[in-house]
Amino acid sequence: MATISEPQAEGFRLSQLIYDTRYRSMTIQAVAFFLIMLGLYFLVGNVIRNYPGGFSFAFLGNRAGYDINQRLIEYSNDSDHSRAALVGILNTLLVAFLGCVAATFIGVFAGVLRLSKNWIVSRLMSVYVEGFRNVPLLLWILVIFAVFSESQPLVAAFREGGGADYSLFGLAAVTRSGTFIPRLVFSDGAFWVLLAVLILSIVANRMVRARLAQHQANTGQYINPLPYSLALLIIPVVAAFFVMSGITNSREQVLLAAGASEGQTLAEYAGEDRLEYCQVARDARSLNLERTLQDAGIGYRVIPNGNATAAVATFAEGNCALLAVPASQADSIMATITGLSARELSVEHAWSGITFSENENTEFHREAEVSVAPLSDTMTEGRAFEVSHPEITPTGIPRFEGGWTVSNALIALWFALSLYTGAFIAEIVRAGIQSVSKGQTEASYALGLRPSWTMNLVILPQALRVIVPPLISQFLNLTKNSSLALAVGYMDVRSTLGGITINQTGRELEGMLLLGGFYLVTSLIISAVMNVYNSSVKLKER
Amino acid sequence: MADQSSAYVRTEMLPEQSPPALETGLLKWLRENLFSSPVNTILTLVSFVIIYLALSSFIPWAFYGIWDASSLSECRAIRDELYGAPDEHGHGDVACWAVIAERWPQILFGFYPSEYYWRPILAFALFFVAIAPVLYDKLPRELAYFTPLAPFVIFWLLWGGTIWTPIAIAAGFVIGWACFKFGEEIIGSLGATIAAVVVPIVYWLLVAGPLTNGLAAILPIGIEPVESNDFGGFLLALVIGISGIVLSLPLGIALALGRQSDLFIINKFCVFFIEVFRGVPLIVWLFTASLLLNYFLPPGTNFDLMLRVIILVTLFAAAYLAEVIRGGLAALPRGQYEGADSLGLDYWQSMRLIILPQAMKISIPGIVSTFIGLFKDTTLVVFIGLLDPLKGLSDAIRATTEWNGIYWELFIFSGLLFFIFCYGMSRYSMYLERKLATDHR
Repeated sequence: MATISEPQAEGFRLSQLIYDTRYRSMTIQAVAFFLIMLGLYFLVGNVIRNYPGGFSFAFLGNRAGYDINQRLIEYSNDSDHSRAALVGILNTLLVAFLGCVAATFIGVFAGVLRLSKNWIVSRLMSVYVEGFRNVPLLLWILVIFAVFSESQPLVAAFREGGGADYSLFGLAAVTRSGTFIPRLVFSDGAFWVLLAVLILSIVANRMVRARLAQHQANTGQYINPLPYSLALLIIPVVAAFFVMSGITNSREQVLLAAGASEGQTLAEYAGEDRLEYCQVARDARSLNLERTLQDAGIGYRVIPNGNATAAVATFAEGNCALLAVPASQADSIMATITGLSARELSVEHAWSGITFSENENTEFHREAEVSVAPLSDTMTEGRAFEVSHPEITPTGIPRFEGGWTVSNALIALWFALSLYTGAFIAEIVRAGIQSVSKGQTEASYALGLRPSWTMNLVILPQALRVIVPPLISQFLNLTKNSSLALAVGYMDVRSTLGGITINQTGRELEGMLLLGGFYLVTSLIISAVMNVYNSSVKLKER
Repeated sequence: MADQSSAYVRTEMLPEQSPPALETGLLKWLRENLFSSPVNTILTLVSFVIIYLALSSFIPWAFYGIWDASSLSECRAIRDELYGAPDEHGHGDVACWAVIAERWPQILFGFYPSEYYWRPILAFALFFVAIAPVLYDKLPRELAYFTPLAPFVIFWLLWGGTIWTPIAIAAGFVIGWACFKFGEEIIGSLGATIAAVVVPIVYWLLVAGPLTNGLAAILPIGIEPVESNDFGGFLLALVIGISGIVLSLPLGIALALGRQSDLFIINKFCVFFIEVFRGVPLIVWLFTASLLLNYFLPPGTNFDLMLRVIILVTLFAAAYLAEVIRGGLAALPRGQYEGADSLGLDYWQSMRLIILPQAMKISIPGIVSTFIGLFKDTTLVVFIGLLDPLKGLSDAIRATTEWNGIYWELFIFSGLLFFIFCYGMSRYSMYLERKLATDHR
């Protein structure tokens, strides 16, 4: 009979907490936890004692009171601090997105060329990579900004005989105070139609490609999908463009003119005066009217409006004299205008002595009868989209009209971030391609694959696994480095929320917390999205 | 029959011929490396055009530059006299290197008093003496005795003041070491470790200050103190960069080990620390250092902005290093960990003797590129009001009437210095990788 000898029950001794490995990790953790809490208590306690005015995010609702020149959404200095922060956030995301895209292109290009057998090309790329990697980003931002702000011509130099040339086939102007680029102006509804057609053709293209791949899997027959893709991607959009242009070109537009008599032509109405025409932002009608005026040689001044309703209101108030409206809506708009003016007039009479409008061009609606009449000339809406390109004002203060104004701060920051990060990405791409062993290429050739197929089907899928994880961290770095916008005065989130807002309100702790939180959340989101992608390309192991 | 066969037998060798002209020397090289295919030919020609465009305007500008002038307007006057005025597109302009000739001490030292320039120069030389035995193992080992002393000597040389401050600080480390060495027999190893941390901290907080003052009153040995505000230019970049590098490495290793640890609380704390520091840009941390740090400390404490920057830069770099080293730790095969355990080594022994030497070797490129990044990022201190060489000092130089409007010369000079430092570091890391490579390829 075997007796089971129980281990001697031992009482728990305090020294076991240190010497017994079963308890020691607990002891260490308890001590660590205690120390962390003590540190936290010390820091938070100090903040509560030191921070003036207590912790509150109420300042976000206050009026910001500062201007932001580069913005993607509506903002004025009457907006509140949270709106200013949002403008900054969008600016940061804008430059980060543009930068990531450009840096990827530059990096892949330079990385592949650095592996080129062409001696001079690979040397040139080495110079680029080493030059950008070993010099602080701040220097590149300052240098590129100085190139723009010191070496480019003044706006006035774009006038006749000023000596400056338009770039990009006469469509863009690079000046000391900003870069002016062309923009597309769509007629009513054309944008959405074209977008829908484009999306549909992309979907159809994917389906056709899937079908061709299936066909190859079933029969072994390879059909080059390129002609199908090109046809699917180009023909529908071009066709849609012409169809839409046909429709918009047949839509007649009526020119409403204040103080005109029925049946006057545009030339008669204008006479020798400069016309003030009601421009609607991003509107093909306004662009076409502008071109009509230019063709007729009539001097004009632009009164900008945010949208069509605002333009009608401005017109009704008498702040501008010429408005282009669709013929179908002309009558109702005229009725509205007469109604508006009549009401305004009556109000003005009731409050005699008080002028409502600050503009001096109000003579004609002070008259008892406001005459708004359509001119006998009509025009069409133009093509489905037109290119509005910047043009210098011929007289007065030199400035550009039309097109898109991009601040040089954005351009300099974008170029510098892309070139700097591109140098790092080039190294990543190079390492990725080199990591695929030569045997893979040789095996692929042995199977009879062409060099381009070898690259696309054998090398790149394997290289991507090596490339993607460090690429993600480069994208994160670029996003964080965009905070160097400070050096050139680009209004990113650090300059709005973390800069002027903090200076004005004095809410340093809350402002910095929000700012840090924004960057942290952005970083986590980017890395989460890219990790999903990474797990889709990584080696599938059994 | 014999005649027939003999007709085919060669009785003498043909004379050796030189290879075809296209297969030798320069022509072969050109053909293989520059013009091997139509695409390559186009690329080569495009490259030549790019190089020509870049150099044709830069080389005359740089080489005809004017070195001897006292202001930009004087520079331009000399240029107009020598080469004529440039046209409206700036062709024919030349560099005005005179600004470098006149202001280079400022770009290197900031507003450090010029009569004490020997102190940072000596400190820099001592730094090389201290770091040489770490970088090159062929040097005599005795040199390494100076290495632990160097930080205190360099600190004293740079900031000056009484000699007792660095001595009193160094004494804290000696006390810690003594606690660890002699406390083990009395209070056990864990107790000795805790004592080695706690006793020096208590000493620094409570004893070091009065001790320094007392000793300075009795024996006033010292050199003229220099304020942190006077530091600038590359001196500032190097002080912040080198302190950050030296301090962040041990912290980074500790964080990486913490992140690999099984202990839940320590693991989560390290993960949180690393992610928060990596997720937020350095500029935001620098603003935290300048705006917020005072709120987190007891009322009335106010310490040097430069020290705050060094602390934040160190923590930031440590978080990046931790991730790099974690990669190295993860790349080691499990067998190395198990082998260390089977030898009966405890955690610290196995880390110190088996794991870390291999993990660090794997992560050398990442570590060095983090250091290069840290050194480049020292330029960001300009945004919290310190005088970095790129923007702070070049703005300061441009703010004077003599040099108002000068850009490229300053950018090129400081860019070149940064390039030399960073490129040197990356070359050293390649040398180190080659030296430590033990695998056979």
